[in-house]
Amino acid sequence: MADPMKIRAAMVGDKVEVKVLMAHEMETGQRKDAKGATIPAWFIQNVTATVNGRTVLSAEWGPAVAKNPFLSFRFSGAKAGDKVVIAWTDNHGDKRTDEATITA
Amino acid sequence: MNIRRLTILVLTVAAGCSTMPSQETTHTPSHAEVAALLKSSFKAKGQAGLDRLDQDEMQRLCSEVRADKPLAPDVAEKIVKAQAATLRYPPGSLLGDWKSGEKIAQTGVGMQYSDDPTHPSGGNCYACHQLAPHEMSYGTIGPSLYKFGALRGYTPEMQKYVYGKVYNPDAFSACSNMPRFGHMGILTEQQIKDVVALLMDPSSPVNK
Amino acid sequence: MKIAMAIGVAGIAGATLAASLSLAQDKGSAAAGIEQYRAALADGNPAELWEARGEGLWKEKRGPKKASLERCDLGLGPGVVKGAYTILPKYFPDTDKVEDLESRLVTCMVTLQGFTPEQAKKDPFGGPGKKVPMDALVAYVTSESRGMPMHVSLAHPKEKEAYELGREIFFYRGGSHDFGCTSCHGADGKRIRLQDLPNLTNPADARRAYSTWPAYRVSQGEVRSMQWRLNDCFRQQRFPELEFVSPASIALTLYLAKNADGAKFDAPAIKR
Repeated sequence: MADPMKIRAAMVGDKVEVKVLMAHEMETGQRKDAKGATIPAWFIQNVTATVNGRTVLSAEWGPAVAKNPFLSFRFSGAKAGDKVVIAWTDNHGDKRTDEATITA
Repeated sequence: MNIRRLTILVLTVAAGCSTMPSQETTHTPSHAEVAALLKSSFKAKGQAGLDRLDQDEMQRLCSEVRADKPLAPDVAEKIVKAQAATLRYPPGSLLGDWKSGEKIAQTGVGMQYSDDPTHPSGGNCYACHQLAPHEMSYGTIGPSLYKFGALRGYTPEMQKYVYGKVYNPDAFSACSNMPRFGHMGILTEQQIKDVVALLMDPSSPVNK
Repeated sequence: MKIAMAIGVAGIAGATLAASLSLAQDKGSAAAGIEQYRAALADGNPAELWEARGEGLWKEKRGPKKASLERCDLGLGPGVVKGAYTILPKYFPDTDKVEDLESRLVTCMVTLQGFTPEQAKKDPFGGPGKKVPMDALVAYVTSESRGMPMHVSLAHPKEKEAYELGREIFFYRGGSHDFGCTSCHGADGKRIRLQDLPNLTNPADARRAYSTWPAYRVSQGEVRSMQWRLNDCFRQQRFPELEFVSPASIALTLYLAKNADGAKFDAPAIKR
């Protein structure tokens, strides 16, 4: 599995605010190395966030997303103590899943 | 500890609490000590050898300038005279091509150990100066050169001044922050002529 | 009366900082906008990924001696990480020299973990697809000093000597372009292209600058430390390569740290 994410999840009013930092090179496939060869594209393609088995966010990403991307989103229907599970897969088939407990 | 010693200790502590330590408590390292420290702390890489750390007379004198130790007028005069003696002007017209001059002004590569030594250097003028009005990304380490020729007149004397200034700025202003593009072999004769044109050609965007 | 003088001096330093901060706000909505943008960026600072990796490396048993760094003395005693960065560089009796954070990590990797100095100093700076332990360790250790005031000491003769040498290096003009640190960092209110340049001889600027390294440099996609910052400055000054944790690098860092005395440490930060 790839490098761990940093996830923070906290209640803001009756919504949950989630902030995720993912460790990923996110190569666009446009860059060339010092020898002039194209560096192959390598980026996160799918991101899902689930809480209590329910998908609260689903994303399809492409090479426009920055290296070491930061994702922040809000959703309703969960409370402090619930677990938010974030999972991503990239175009090489590499994947990572991490979770965090929602704080009050 | 008696009162006198305590007083001295408190005064020393109080002085230490100020943001800059006092000069008189320490000795200034000699030039030889500093040069030796640098030689042992750097290593040659790419085109940058350890000889880059060897200072010429001007660099050595300019390294002694501080806010509380400004350049003495007689030393400044000595530097200007010595640097003026290095000026070399090519025969014929000093006005090159301003379009090439603009490229030279925009390019910052050259002489770093990460640079290809076979690749021409740039002047990196925009790092420090405003030049053509369309370029917003300019520095303020040096004065604005916008409308340079328009303000000073498009004369052969002014062209010669610009050439000399780019060739060796210290021939005019001792310990200038500006590199000696000609004397140190950073830019070629043609490149300097192109920079002269950037500033002195009436059709250059700098003068519009 | 002597104590009142000491407080008076501290008060002036504080007033200068407050005055320069309010001046920054007076520069109008552009400056305020940049501050808001910086606060937003700081929220998702990828440096946290380095901090997490660094904490793991601090605790991991590594090297021929299969030991962790948890007994490493960074200046506040073996294993004390909290606040350690605020007093570095400093003199260490066990090596009889002035050391900065990175040289101290090298010392501990050698003495505690059994690495050779060459192994410990190899590849100090990460790059595309290249993860190295050093910058992660720096991120972790410095994160444990966040928010604390920075105060280096010049009490020891070797600290005084290093400070004086650091100052001479700062003003040393050399190379093909006659550059010294002072060429860009010796006057107020300058910028190179659109990058504002701190006057590192001015305590207010020095505090703002020194307290925000190490930083995640977005343009590099890496966490960069003071050792990296000095190395890359000298490259652009057309000097040869500054050796990692060399005496000159530590002397110069101590000079800058002293000029920044009293700064609230605000790193690992995020920069362009």
